[in-house]
Amino acid sequence: MLKINNLHVKLEEEDKRILKGVDLEVPAGSVHAIMGPNGSGKSTLSYVLSGRDGYDVTEGGATLDGEDLLDMEPEERAAAGLFLAFQYPVEIPGVGNMTFLRTAVNAQRKARGEEEMSAADFLKFIRAKAKELKIDAEMLKRPVNVGFSGGEKKRNEILQMAMLEPKMCILDETDSGLDVDAMKLVSDGVNALRNEGRAFLVITHYQRLLDHIKPDVVHIMAGGRIVKSGGPELALEVEHNGYADILAEMEVEA
Amino acid sequence: MNTATKQAPAVISADARPVSGAWAQEARTDAAQRLARMGLPTRRDEYWKWTRPDSLIAATPAPAALFDYKGEPPVFHQIDRLKIVFVDGVFDPDASDDLSGEGLEIERLADVATTDIHWAKDLYGVLETRGQSPVARPLAAYNTAMATDGLVIRATGRVSRPVSLIYRHQDTESDAVMHHVIRVDEGAKLTLLENGAAAARFSSVSEVDVADGAEFHHVRAQGRDHERQAITHMFARLGAASVFKSFTMTVNGRLTRNECVIEMRGDDATAHVAGAALGDGADGDFHHDDTVFITHDAVACESRQVFKKVLKNGAKGVFQGKILVKPDAQKTDGYQKSQSLLLDDDASFQAKPELEIYADDVICSHGSTSGAIDEEALFYLRSRGIPDHIATDLLVLAFLADAIDEIEDKEIAAEISDRLDAWLARHRG
Ligand SMILES: Nc1ncnc2c1ncn2[C@@H]1O[C@H](COP(=O)(O)OP(=O)(O)OP(=O)(O)O)[C@@H](O)[C@H]1O
Ligand SMILES: [Mg+2]
Repeated sequence: MLKINNLHVKLEEEDKRILKGVDLEVPAGSVHAIMGPNGSGKSTLSYVLSGRDGYDVTEGGATLDGEDLLDMEPEERAAAGLFLAFQYPVEIPGVGNMTFLRTAVNAQRKARGEEEMSAADFLKFIRAKAKELKIDAEMLKRPVNVGFSGGEKKRNEILQMAMLEPKMCILDETDSGLDVDAMKLVSDGVNALRNEGRAFLVITHYQRLLDHIKPDVVHIMAGGRIVKSGGPELALEVEHNGYADILAEMEVEA
Repeated sequence: MNTATKQAPAVISADARPVSGAWAQEARTDAAQRLARMGLPTRRDEYWKWTRPDSLIAATPAPAALFDYKGEPPVFHQIDRLKIVFVDGVFDPDASDDLSGEGLEIERLADVATTDIHWAKDLYGVLETRGQSPVARPLAAYNTAMATDGLVIRATGRVSRPVSLIYRHQDTESDAVMHHVIRVDEGAKLTLLENGAAAARFSSVSEVDVADGAEFHHVRAQGRDHERQAITHMFARLGAASVFKSFTMTVNGRLTRNECVIEMRGDDATAHVAGAALGDGADGDFHHDDTVFITHDAVACESRQVFKKVLKNGAKGVFQGKILVKPDAQKTDGYQKSQSLLLDDDASFQAKPELEIYADDVICSHGSTSGAIDEEALFYLRSRGIPDHIATDLLVLAFLADAIDEIEDKEIAAEISDRLDAWLARHRG
């Protein structure tokens, strides 16, 4: 589903290279996890895939179901089925959460040539999804993420994902800031969406999330590249030994 | 159009006006003399540093083409209201409703002026005069001296239907000078709506006396004719525990200067003045100036100014806002916020927020900012599939929201919100 090929990215404003040849393929129906030290480029990868300004792709590319992702506007990528749960969800004063979600759902439907959802259907739909994530009605009325706690913001990201039903979901540290119960809730939300036609790329620092959302493949990112890939046991290894051994091993190889 | 108003302001004199009732003539003469003493505004005046008065004081107004509304229903059309129509500044009885309503007395200024004695005598030119210090407002004195039409409105009870003044613009060269006197009696309540361009050049003064425990609500939608010019003054005096709330929406217009001068004379009064101005220089010049002066002269009064501007393609915005707290005005709560959203590098905003406080037990805050659209927020919205232009509109409306929130009547607020939204949709890119 998602194919990233030798992706090199530098900052637009300064001569700083961040991604230095990322190769990654996430097939439909699978869950891949990315772990890696702070600053290794995980969020940058997710931003570049979703179309944020400020980066130059100097080499390589990325496709979603064969379509060139990097050529599209952010909203086109979303309509094509890409979703990023932000590491730092953005607060938007003055824009109601409900208005935001209804606008997003209908914009995507329109882009796909589907009919807009009626106000009543939308309300029913969002109430059901919100209930599953234990998001109360009051939170839906508030401006997007404004005054939300860290955990509430993350749950709001998953609510958006559940509403938009994307086929390629990237979760950037959605577990950070969540208490144990919320982690379970969010994981259940993600697992409920798992199916043959959908894929997940889960960025995390902690093995704990991967206990709930079982990955097929775990990748380690360091210095702007995927330096090692393996099964779920790789996450356990990181949990126990940190990155030092893996990085040392890579040095030796290099 | 009365020929007298076509004369250059520079040559107005005490007897330039047709003689009317004794008290009115006296007020006009007085205003003309006041004007002669203070002189017309010049570009060198501090108060006119950012807005050039030249075109407002020119002998004849620059012509202004009429706006093509393309069949769009006028603003407030679905609000139940008492309609009073002026065409190029002249009252049109045929197009207007009956000038009567429960708890309401409405007369034409011209009729009142010929009476020997009238309560309006205590207000006409009087509140304007009080508003001339510490800052001179010569164009308001000019209006008092030269006004050709207007209304005298008195609310004696709680009036449920808004009084809606509709200013039609039909003559591309019209020069309208209108003056209203409004009195809201003790415990009474009045909502005044105003909309339309009125004229190629429009001068308007409203003197509003809000008695103890009275409430005055004002919502104005200024005309969309691109070349029109307007200089408006609102002078208000507030009694104890009274409420004054004024909101103005401005889209388009070559030049608009709205001055609002409020004197808080009774304890526990509330005054809110707000505005949302949207300008796109691609349609022609746009210059919008909000000039506000609020004097706290009583205990425990609250004043609030919330002004928002959205500017693009060389549109210009100006804000001059002052809160003056007199020595005895303890427990004053003064708030002032003026913000501009500049949608490109060509737009500009100048602001002069001022506080002058002589009492010690007060809370006053002011803030003025201008900035671009929040790129982080824009990306977040777009990443959810919301197209760039719709996402931008959402953020602009969000920016305007706290000014619109100042409108108490939710039906009217929704109407204003819709109009702003529609303007944004027409001015994308
Ligand atoms: N706009 C920017 N300006 C300057 N440096 C940047 C910018 N964006 C990213 N970087 C730098 O690029 C590197 C990668 O950042 P990124 O946020 O992708 O890391 P990460 O792997 O997500 O880290 P973390 O685990 O802490 O979230 C860091 O050194 C970061 O400081
Ligand atoms: Mg990160």
